[in-house]
Amino acid sequence: MVNKLLTGNAAAAWGARLAEVDYVPAFPITPQTEIIETLAEWFARGPMRGKFVTLDSEHSMMMAAGAAAATGVRTFTATSSQGLVYAMEALYTVAGWRVPLVLVNVSRGLSAPITLGADHNDVLAARDTGFIQLHAETCQEVLDSVLMAFRIAEDRRVSLPVLVNLDGFHLSFTREAVELPEVEQVRRFLPPFEPTQPVFRASQPVAQGVAVLDGSAYSFFRYQVHYATRNALEVYAESAADFESHFGRRYDPLDAYRLDDAETVLVMAGSFSTKGKAAVECWRAQGRRVGLVRPRMIRPWPAAQLMAALAGRRAVGVIDQNLSPGLGGILYHEVAASLANCDRPPAVLRSFVGGLGGKDISRGEFDHVLQVLETAQPCAGYVEPELLFTRQEWERMQGRLALAGKGESQLAGINQ
Amino acid sequence: MRVQREFYKSPKDLPAAEYITPGSALCAGCGGLAILRQMHKVLGENVVVVDAAGCMTLLAAYPFTPLRSSWLYTTMGGAAASAQGIRDALDVLRAKGRLSEADDLKVLVLAGDGSTYDMGLSSTSAAIHRRLDFWYLCYDNEAYGNTGFQTSAASPLGSQTSTAPEGVLGPKKDIFEIWRAHHPAYVATVSPNEPVDLAEKVHRALLLTGPKLFLGLAVCPTGWGFHPEIGFEVARLAVESGIWPLKEAVHGSVRHTYVPNHFKPVAEYLQPQRRFRHLFEPTRRDDLIGQIQANVDTYWRPVCSELPGHSRIGAK
Repeated sequence: MVNKLLTGNAAAAWGARLAEVDYVPAFPITPQTEIIETLAEWFARGPMRGKFVTLDSEHSMMMAAGAAAATGVRTFTATSSQGLVYAMEALYTVAGWRVPLVLVNVSRGLSAPITLGADHNDVLAARDTGFIQLHAETCQEVLDSVLMAFRIAEDRRVSLPVLVNLDGFHLSFTREAVELPEVEQVRRFLPPFEPTQPVFRASQPVAQGVAVLDGSAYSFFRYQVHYATRNALEVYAESAADFESHFGRRYDPLDAYRLDDAETVLVMAGSFSTKGKAAVECWRAQGRRVGLVRPRMIRPWPAAQLMAALAGRRAVGVIDQNLSPGLGGILYHEVAASLANCDRPPAVLRSFVGGLGGKDISRGEFDHVLQVLETAQPCAGYVEPELLFTRQEWERMQGRLALAGKGESQLAGINQ
Repeated sequence: MRVQREFYKSPKDLPAAEYITPGSALCAGCGGLAILRQMHKVLGENVVVVDAAGCMTLLAAYPFTPLRSSWLYTTMGGAAASAQGIRDALDVLRAKGRLSEADDLKVLVLAGDGSTYDMGLSSTSAAIHRRLDFWYLCYDNEAYGNTGFQTSAASPLGSQTSTAPEGVLGPKKDIFEIWRAHHPAYVATVSPNEPVDLAEKVHRALLLTGPKLFLGLAVCPTGWGFHPEIGFEVARLAVESGIWPLKEAVHGSVRHTYVPNHFKPVAEYLQPQRRFRHLFEPTRRDDLIGQIQANVDTYWRPVCSELPGHSRIGAK
């Protein structure tokens, strides 16, 4: 066991290295490129053995990854944002092939307008593909999630690709202390890949991914993907327990922070939860009973655990670092659906959108969120999501609009 | 002129084994299927067919496959990239002692002209550029066939498609030259009416490592508009009129494997096909037929001038 100061990207690469991945088809994109550069170095100069290859696009990269997994090698790759959506057809295809592999996404806001800062619209666009989806908050969790991801993906009850998300810049390029296990320890947790599906061999001809011409057959296979994804809840729990026994770190589908006696609960995903936890600490020091729930697992969606965590609370605020235009925050709606049949639903449930493109969620904005939650009335009827934006940001934006030759404000309806 | 045969002298010498059973959902008389069947005979059984979306999407339909070999159905633009993944995985398994030579496979990308000339060009170009050791068969029926025959970059001048009802006005993209510019190990054109020529080419390519690319004239009764019975005749006319040159390039150096001693006029090839009927009815479009003929003549003039004793290029 070695302690190193690693970026999130380096931690992801170490995950692939310790998992003794056979194959990395790659394509560069900010802010994940460091992952594939690190792996290229380890394949070229050791110790990784197998093949690293650069493809012509992320769509090609994911097809190569899926086809290699269908041939029976442990496969890893990484992308972000534009690359993830360029591969979208391939994500659905590869998940439908029911092959295990691990894809790391380093989150980044989607164009247009083009940006580099982090948010979750890219990774959440993949939530219906059939990929299992895990979100990491710390660099340690990135490494550990990659190891657990292979274990889950390769389990015969799942046999699906897994997407591990870490936030661009805030985690990808931020150094944190990471405990690196020895490769022998990892082998005891993650045995060599033994395919549970027929793979391409001359001695066993197989037709994979064939056309399905009637709806009931198609539905059958899609329902199977759903059930396999739901199986991942059990497989995740077993893997997490085993992981804890080997490495001493515990990962549950929900990261529950100061939840026990909380009346007000924030729900956040990813690295910005660290800011949310800091705000919670501040409020706790003021005597307010606030907690935070961070879903680690986005797919399968841990509905039962969420319902249990949020039942009976006075107020729940979901801060989405994503935006579905015309609807609001994506995770808010998933949380609300999870609470629809709760016998003690939170009296107040509110939606906030912040951090798009890596925009900061300031202490002032957190305080505003808490104030809204504490003063909100139950059964208030439909409430629009709040899109967080500070006065200072507004005024700066007005200045930029003026420079760009736009007289009128384009930010109608923004909460000031 | 026909090049000397090295491996198969006549159709009697062709391998008897069949790797594609009859009864698929493809159109009767599909030239692409005929080419695939002929090619597979020479490749043998140990093949994984990596198929791009197109007419061949329906070759295997759950729960059936007509192939004795393996099959992976991929995206329209991603077949060559998928081939990369399979080939790399097999190589890694071999290198790590997890796969025997006997269990290894030839990787064959199967794609229509829609995928090959357009959407799949990026992944194919990249695979050839990386010198991937794979096979590629483009069944070229000169349009997006599976969706009902719309214009592709392979659609030739004057052909009518559902998205060019007045006939395509541009040239056919020269995918052979685009591929050849990547310096692949082997590139060839084939036609289903020339099975020995096809078998010779596949056999020659078997001896080479790297990209082995085949462009096949997939005569298409459904899209081109003729009775399936005359499919091989239409292919023969394509070859004999010079519309479809039979050639190969080993490490970039081109030679034609067959040159008609006397070229038939292109009109003989065009006339039996409904997609070219507008060139003949209600009035004969000598301008367009003439342009097509001129393009064919321009192509063959330098080729024929190299051949001793060849008659002047031009229709008889």
